Amino acid sequence: MHEVGITRSIIEIAEENARREKAEKILSLTVEIGGLSGVVPEAVEFAFEACSKGTLLEGAELRIDRIPGRARCEECECECDIDRYTYACPTCEAFALNILQGEELRLKEMEID
Amino acid sequence: MCNECGCSPAESHHHDHPEEGGKTLRIEEDILGKNNRLAERNRSFFAEKGLFVLNLVSAPGSGKTTILERTLADLGERHRFAVLEGDQQTSNDADRIAATGAPAHQINTGAGCHLDAHMVGHGVEHFDLDATDILMIENVGNLVCPASFDLGEDHKVAVLSITEGEDKPVKYPHMFHAADLMIINKIDLLPYLRFDVEKCKAFARQVNPKIEILELSCLSGEGMEAWYEWLGQGVKKKAVPSSTFKVENQATLNIEH
Repeated sequence: MHEVGITRSIIEIAEENARREKAEKILSLTVEIGGLSGVVPEAVEFAFEACSKGTLLEGAELRIDRIPGRARCEECECECDIDRYTYACPTCEAFALNILQGEELRLKEMEID
Repeated sequence: MCNECGCSPAESHHHDHPEEGGKTLRIEEDILGKNNRLAERNRSFFAEKGLFVLNLVSAPGSGKTTILERTLADLGERHRFAVLEGDQQTSNDADRIAATGAPAHQINTGAGCHLDAHMVGHGVEHFDLDATDILMIENVGNLVCPASFDLGEDHKVAVLSITEGEDKPVKYPHMFHAADLMIINKIDLLPYLRFDVEKCKAFARQVNPKIEILELSCLSGEGMEAWYEWLGQGVKKKAVPSSTFKVENQATLNIEH
């Protein structure tokens, strides 16, 4: 359950940015979580409700953008979706996949008041 | 009209609406950014001290502490070690390491499932790093969470014991993807188990084609020399040029006298 630690980091970053803007409340926030990041979005949602109590984010809407894993084969140059770490190309079977996206773990934007 | 659902404010609402006048801020900040910054700070501090730093990760019971005990006993004369031990509770592992004579410090993470860069930064305050060549960080036994947290180490070393099954690397791909070296431990048990070493290596390379692999038994001692050789190479690479210079100078002086 490292999602609790991850969620606390999200809240910390969000509050820092909100205070800089002298906001009284954060209404919503959007977080990007890649399919290869090792972080389970549902666990973040669960942790968010508990961890946001008493913060500027209490009651805020958490939106999670799930970024699917995507890779390109250096051998045959095809692009494919991957849902786990693998380097075997599904088309030519060479161990030559280069990960293009899916490792994201980012606080993208938020709405403040 | 409400931007969220397209309803008009006069209609009855079944969900909360953000209050009017909200302002959208683009943040684009890495959620692990703080840990990564602290890990980089650790890394440059360790480089300044010429330290070779390993982050040992595995499932509980794979033999990390026993590998360390044997390594410290065998190499105590060759290298100067310091060991940070991470566990949720107890100082049992640090006590075992301290019994070998090496400086050891226990970090208890409580409910936490991994060490982070902040804990390590403070953990090393207990050591005289000027008198240390190798810092071993034994992470909490867990093949999931420690993969995401950089501590400032040179390498993550994933230990897999053959009682766990050869498919661990594909079951826990994040960890084996993040590791630079995989140690297959307890090979003295090979005659008693159905464990296919070659299959295990192939699984590891599926998730990490560049991973180095060593096979050993810290109980029988088989394969330990290759591990010691690997450690020696790492120490040589990280040693601060000035300290090497001092040693060379010393050698020259000795020859002259």
